[in-house]
Amino acid sequence: MGLERAFADEPAFVPYLAAGDPDYDASIEYVEALARGGADVIELGLPFSEPIAEGSTIQEAVVRSLDAGMSPDRFFEFVEELDVDVPLVCMTYYNLIYQYGSGQGPEPFVEKAAEVGIEGFVVPDLPAEEAGPLRAACDEYGLDLIFIVAPTTKGDRLASMMDQTSGYVYVQARLGVTGAKDDVDDATEESLARIAEWDVPKAVGFGIKTGDHAERIVSAGADGIIVGSALVDIVAEGHENGDPADEVAERLEGKARELKAGALRGAEQQATAEGS
Amino acid sequence: MSSESKFGDYGGQFVPEALMPAIEELTDAYERYVIDNEDGFMDEFRRRLAEFGGRPLPLQRADQLSARYDTEVYLKREDLLHGGAHKLNNALGQVLLAKYMGKERIIAETGAGQHGTATAMAAAHLDMPCEIYMGETDIARQRPNVFRMRINDAEVNPVTTGRGTLKEAISETMRDWATTVETTHYVIGSIVGPAPFPAMVRDFQSVISEEAREQIVEKTGGLPDAVLACAGGGSNTMGAFHHFVPDDDVDLYAVEAGGSSLSVDEEEGVAPNSASLSTGDEGVLHGARTKLLQDSDGQIMESHSVSAGLDYAGVGPELAHLVDEGRVTPVNVDDDTALEAFHRLSQDEGIIPALETAHAFGYLERVAGPATDDRAAEPRDEHHDDLGDTVIVNVSGRGDKDLETVIEETQKRDLDIAPDMSIFNEIGGGI
Ligand SMILES: Cc1ncc(COP(=O)(O)O)c(C=O)c1O
Repeated sequence: MGLERAFADEPAFVPYLAAGDPDYDASIEYVEALARGGADVIELGLPFSEPIAEGSTIQEAVVRSLDAGMSPDRFFEFVEELDVDVPLVCMTYYNLIYQYGSGQGPEPFVEKAAEVGIEGFVVPDLPAEEAGPLRAACDEYGLDLIFIVAPTTKGDRLASMMDQTSGYVYVQARLGVTGAKDDVDDATEESLARIAEWDVPKAVGFGIKTGDHAERIVSAGADGIIVGSALVDIVAEGHENGDPADEVAERLEGKARELKAGALRGAEQQATAEGS
Repeated sequence: MSSESKFGDYGGQFVPEALMPAIEELTDAYERYVIDNEDGFMDEFRRRLAEFGGRPLPLQRADQLSARYDTEVYLKREDLLHGGAHKLNNALGQVLLAKYMGKERIIAETGAGQHGTATAMAAAHLDMPCEIYMGETDIARQRPNVFRMRINDAEVNPVTTGRGTLKEAISETMRDWATTVETTHYVIGSIVGPAPFPAMVRDFQSVISEEAREQIVEKTGGLPDAVLACAGGGSNTMGAFHHFVPDDDVDLYAVEAGGSSLSVDEEEGVAPNSASLSTGDEGVLHGARTKLLQDSDGQIMESHSVSAGLDYAGVGPELAHLVDEGRVTPVNVDDDTALEAFHRLSQDEGIIPALETAHAFGYLERVAGPATDDRAAEPRDEHHDDLGDTVIVNVSGRGDKDLETVIEETQKRDLDIAPDMSIFNEIGGGI
């Protein structure tokens, strides 16, 4: 286990893209561009046909990727082919993990993921109550299992989550589904305050769109920011306009720099605030 | 009643963390109000179901069908429930529960529009604002129910993803709920979704078999040999079965939609049927582990049925479990047979059934009806013996909502049994 290391020195920038969106080759370029732009961990979405936690931006990415032929096996090839020096996390829904190989449970999927170099999982439809078998398989193969703390997660649930999560904890910044937003929700600061004492790194996601958002959230105590829809929007726009993949990759790299720089500014403010 | 969250290995709570606190709250409310009748919840529910819903509903002998099949055929008349389908049993229960829980807003998905209509009615009756999610394909094929929901003052939100049917509508309602969970209750329309929904919806629907069991004993002096009900998610099905499950001698048949074919197109991710109990594999969808139509990777397939209410890739976890246990027999009936059965019940018994319901009658015809060319190879008596001497069929709903679809689909197929609609041509209208 060891995704914690990505958060050790400075606030981590954790981008998300749906693997294979809008097609396999372009998507490889896009993920590599994010690494160049300063990503500290990359969450790669393995598209599932019923993404109940996603808003329209990522739902459409899922459709593009599936239409272009993405599947669990293609996903593992994709991960092997990537030339990045950044830890990779697989974000997907439980049925794909459960069905892989035997169709009998999560172990074959986890084994294969470990083999191609995946270091952890985020599974939005798997609450702690149902996570036993995946947790056991992750422990066996040395992978992290990252849980999501929602604005509604309080009391006993919060305590049990702290015991279960590893690598980092995904702090859901607002209620609802994924999607870039124009503001930072007050729920973010409240959620961060509730888990301020936890040792595990806290990465905030859901709605972050700009460097300024990143700055605010890190200055409020986050150890990292997770950004998906704002990046997928760039992929979608490039695809709709028929822009060449290298141009889209450049835009993604630029956006990544903006977000990482915002996170670094936030860390400075936090340090100043703590110093005073 | 019990609040089981698993049925064998099926069921569970596979939902985003943001919903889990609400699901815990709902589980608590279900145990207190529904199971323990705290604050007289169940008394109020029963009273409203009687006064607003019209219960109890008759168990009626079907004279023509009894003669045709040489079997005592009894109809449990859920089509007479307010709204025209069994759906109100559950919708009224859940909207009332939401009120007891202090929720301020109701959301629901709908396929055939019957659950949406029942929820809209219950919400109006109990003075709660209500929004319904419905796939665009279903909006087009169940227009009368869209009118009814709007007239009852519910918002209807079209869902345009995928094929625009029940699966997409459930996903979209879950997304709304993930956003509004603190003030809103999601009234799931069948025995699907995360615990406690499958058990709770079953409990609300179990009034069907509670009445039917007493009524059949009163009328015939004994239990039936078989109970038949159509199965989409399976709420009318478990409602009709529940009180017969301990009666080992009563055979229980869940009749699924065979659609146009039982084969699947893996490449396209399409199953031209909705027969998840008969042909599906175990997997996780919409919060529960159950039997699903899925490809070998675990991607959910697009289902198909001429009836919107059966057109779903999953099924309730309790039914999946009872099928594995051998207690419930899953069978299926294709679109053509269901359409034929729709006309037969309308002509022979004067009851226009919902297309969903027609599937149950299609099965009765297939196993007990007069031999046809297709069926020459299957000796009739063998099947007839299977069903026995007394059969209850759950008439889950009435077919007013389906008339346009039925006329259109019937004309496409040139069914002998279909009525002649040329009267519209005579007056220059056409259909
Ligand atoms: C009349 C009728 N019967 C059956 C169904 C199928 O639902 P379930 O399987 O939950 O009973 C529906 C669903 O819309 C319906 O309207």
